[in-house]
Amino acid sequence: MPAWLTFFAPYEFAPTVALVCALALIFFVSGLVRLRAQGELVGSGRSIAWFVGLALIYGALQTHFDYWSQHIFFVHRVQHLLLHHVAPFLIALSLPGRPLMAGMPRALRERVVLPIVRNRAVRGVYNAVQMPSIAAFLFVGLIYLWLIPAVHFYAMLNVPLYHAMNWGMALDGLLFWIMVLDPRPPSGERGGAPGYVRRLGVLAAVMFPQIILGAYIGLTGRELYPVYAVCGRIWPVSAMTDQHLGGFITWIPAAMMSAIGGVVVLRRWMRNENPAHEEAHVPPQNESRRLQTTA
Amino acid sequence: MFRLRMNRDVCRQRPDGSRRAKAFGLCLLLILAVPGGAAAAAQWRTNSIRGVMPNLEFTLVGERGNPVHGHDYRGRTTLLYFGYTHCPDVCPLTLAKITQAMKDIGQTADGVRVLFVSVDPARDSPQKLAAYTSAFDPRIVGLTGTRAQLDALTKRYRVAYRYGKKDDEGNYPVYHSAGIFVFDRQGRARLLMNAKKASVADIRHDLGQLLRMEGGP
Repeated sequence: MPAWLTFFAPYEFAPTVALVCALALIFFVSGLVRLRAQGELVGSGRSIAWFVGLALIYGALQTHFDYWSQHIFFVHRVQHLLLHHVAPFLIALSLPGRPLMAGMPRALRERVVLPIVRNRAVRGVYNAVQMPSIAAFLFVGLIYLWLIPAVHFYAMLNVPLYHAMNWGMALDGLLFWIMVLDPRPPSGERGGAPGYVRRLGVLAAVMFPQIILGAYIGLTGRELYPVYAVCGRIWPVSAMTDQHLGGFITWIPAAMMSAIGGVVVLRRWMRNENPAHEEAHVPPQNESRRLQTTA
Repeated sequence: MFRLRMNRDVCRQRPDGSRRAKAFGLCLLLILAVPGGAAAAAQWRTNSIRGVMPNLEFTLVGERGNPVHGHDYRGRTTLLYFGYTHCPDVCPLTLAKITQAMKDIGQTADGVRVLFVSVDPARDSPQKLAAYTSAFDPRIVGLTGTRAQLDALTKRYRVAYRYGKKDDEGNYPVYHSAGIFVFDRQGRARLLMNAKKASVADIRHDLGQLLRMEGGP
């Protein structure tokens, strides 16, 4: 196998990641085909956002990029930026609920997925974690939690903890961006889309703690994460340079995602205020409500 | 589930803020609980990795070219360190620190074995490793292996190594981990020391404490 090809082979094969990504891919593609047969087109922009988002999650976890992430702090920060900010943002932007539901086998949809989605308890938990204040707290809280030096040390050494960390980042990212990028017009009812001002407020609120944490990591003179020295860095980068770069990645691109998210929220706002501009691909209200909970 | 439903009913009568405050408090508690738990086991000067990393297992080549397995060291407290004999500073310094710590501990440390695994098998033959380790202490054992064997072991303990550029004479540096893994007599991973940070006193303290807990080497 040529050296560049080994990069695309998983460093530690994770069957769960491979299976979830494969199923998501198959369901989405067959959903596109089935919806098209019914005369419903999913825009190419949405499809591209979905495929890129899914590819980034798979690539971040199941290529040798993961090996670099285990051994260079700033690459680890890029990995979390992809898993928590960029890829879930793109996936939420693609509104994949409807194609995924249409693409999965009927038995799976009707016997497994729909009963779970309609379950009162599941909805209760989902609605609770999707309340903007709680979603914002979880979003920032997870970043802080895994960057506590003692926690980070063990997360990088213990395989199950490492996987839990990465899965948690991806899932929380999905929840957060699905809430922020909700295409439905705001409604005051429980489980309804939050108001645009609140969503913009959440985006601003999650930005500042990330800036503070990133600036602290990037500017402190203390080595906070010695686990990378203990395990060996795979590139000739000094501990402090690595930490500075990692801090800046936690700080700048992460905070910029809030600005990008804000632009999308403003677009949604203008569209819904002015329904004449509404695009055909925004599904009718109760349909989109169903997808939001399944996405 | 019951709690959640109850929460919602309460919230119908109360302002939204109290529900939010409760959730906030719960999340805060969860976040604070984790480092608190880590601090409770802090009687070690280096890092306790009990239950964090897998038991000592490997297949490598010993100083006489013989196959050596991790389970050969069951019944002995064992240290595992990665390096190479051309290492200019960190490896000899680390082995010297470990040797000094074992001498300070005295008889109790007689049965300890230190596995010095060379990740540079191209230059470090078993004979060369034997000569190198015996210059430090008879309890230090030189091991190496094929790249596949070394990769399996380094992956198991989540450490990395790589080779630097060759100079005109064909010499090259090897970048390797600075971790000293300590295993108890059952082969369980117990401590991870940062070879660059841990002093002789730190190693003596933690290794001595582990040997006392084990009731012997």
